[in-house]
Amino acid sequence: MSKNYKLVAIEVNAYYGDFHAIKNISLGLEEKAVTAFIGPSGCGKSTFLRLFNRMNDYIDGFRIDGEILLDQKDIYKKSVRVDELRKEVGMVFQKPNPFPKTIFENVVYGLRIQGISKKKVLEEAAERSLKQAALWEEVKDKLHKSALALSGGQQQRLCIARALANGPSVLLMDEPASALDPISTAKIEELIWELKKDYTIVIVTHNMQQAGRVSDHTAFFLSGELIEFAKTKSLFTNPKDQRTQNYITGRFG
Amino acid sequence: MRKSEKIIEGLLLLSAVITILITVGIIWVLLSESISFFSEVSIFRFLTEKEWTPLFADKKFGILPLVTGTLLTTFIAIAVALPIGLTVAVYLNEYAPGRMRQIVKPVLELLATIPTVVYGFFALTVVTPFLQSFIPGLAGFNALSAGIVMGIMIIPMISSLSEDAISAVPRSLREAAYGMGSTRYQTAFGVMVPAASSGIVVSVILAISRAVGETMIVAIAAGQQPRLTLNPLVPIETITTYIVQVSLGDVPHGSLEYKTIFAAGITLFVFTFTLNNISFWIRKKFQEKYD
Ligand SMILES: Nc1ncnc2c1ncn2[C@@H]1O[C@H](COP(=O)(O)OP(=O)(O)OP(=O)(O)O)[C@@H](O)[C@H]1O
Ligand SMILES: [Mg+2]
Repeated sequence: MSKNYKLVAIEVNAYYGDFHAIKNISLGLEEKAVTAFIGPSGCGKSTFLRLFNRMNDYIDGFRIDGEILLDQKDIYKKSVRVDELRKEVGMVFQKPNPFPKTIFENVVYGLRIQGISKKKVLEEAAERSLKQAALWEEVKDKLHKSALALSGGQQQRLCIARALANGPSVLLMDEPASALDPISTAKIEELIWELKKDYTIVIVTHNMQQAGRVSDHTAFFLSGELIEFAKTKSLFTNPKDQRTQNYITGRFG
Repeated sequence: MRKSEKIIEGLLLLSAVITILITVGIIWVLLSESISFFSEVSIFRFLTEKEWTPLFADKKFGILPLVTGTLLTTFIAIAVALPIGLTVAVYLNEYAPGRMRQIVKPVLELLATIPTVVYGFFALTVVTPFLQSFIPGLAGFNALSAGIVMGIMIIPMISSLSEDAISAVPRSLREAAYGMGSTRYQTAFGVMVPAASSGIVVSVILAISRAVGETMIVAIAAGQQPRLTLNPLVPIETITTYIVQVSLGDVPHGSLEYKTIFAAGITLFVFTFTLNNISFWIRKKFQEKYD
């Protein structure tokens, strides 16, 4: 595979016990680009996304074979420290999940667990990350208030800021806007546009328009298989596979 | 058919009424006997005198020695049970594979089914001699071994209630912690335990309440000598032990000595009642936090 792929999957199979959830998928994700994963519910988008930061590891009975490379290195090798990997590959979840702490403590959480406690360093990092996540103006006067008092959309941007504060190079987003109203969704999409200058982003979405708006490449999954992977524009205007065609035109269960 | 249902309904109502009547009756006896006690001994004396010798010729009615005895054994018990119980809860939740959990939980719950009299003799005949081998000043009856063994007895209570509290924390919070690159330890103690803190506090309060009311272990292993001290190495007496001592003795009914057990009883009742209410209040206040 060519060298400028940030993330590469090679003949990956994944299982929950006897259930074969990911079926022999290979693909490469370009650096500093947005890739969207689409497909019907239960087709394995989340499972596949979570392979890239090993979030499935703790599920009883979960198994993977094949290789996942981050910067050409296999992240499932024994020598890889999962906690370090997850700082490099940040994740944003479907439901905003801030910690029941202050806004400030949420953003600096990653620094704190690395043992950083210098007030100045933390404050700078908090401001930087909140600005990156386009949340600074809204929260700068209430940094020490509970994060749970923010709106859903603000909470989600806080979760993005929290992930960014770790200094990752990849952001995995599993339906990051599906629990939000249209305005908050638009803000998140705008943010993704901004962030892709510096980050490699993978986003799972059920919203075809959203995939069309934010992504450079789109992968279409069906029952654990990768059906089609192409530039977003060409996948939506000129799908090669009949099943992709059916899905994007809504002629699908 | 109809008739039998009516009878069943009547029986259910009857048992409910009996339960309430019994409770009211107990409180009434406790109150009326204490009131009659306090008409002879002022509440001020009761709360400020430093000795408790109602059975001696020179009678003193200061409850403090019994209170410190109770608090001392309770404190030791919690100091043993909280760290172990919480560690077990965290271990079961974050570390133990499913199979392990299925073994550890029932084994722990077994601890709770051992009769307290067995714990008492265990404290007296095993723990005390063992501690004496490296604490030379330790008396044969003492607060330390009674407290430690009481702590062991309470571990399952703290571990199982805390485990419930931790597993009630939404999965999304655990994912947030892991997703940020937290280790298991950081996830457990930095995120899960604080998020479950209200439930954990409730478990501790209930455990304190249990320890305050525990009788058999302290009666057997802590001695029966009311003493105003915080030294865990010497014999002491708790409120509960005193009540047992007098109840089993030959103090004439209706005498002032006899009424002391009701005064002691109401003191105990105030303690446990307050603790249970605090835990009830905490539970109510925080239960909607994650809904
Ligand atoms: N923890 C698990 N244990 C067993 N099976 C699972 C588990 N998680 C997911 N699965 C199964 O794996 C398949 C893929 O699930 P996954 O969550 O990856 O789908 P998805 O494409 O993200 O769906 P959605 O769009 O609904 O989020 C589904 O059939 C699901 O039932
Ligand atoms: Mg999903």
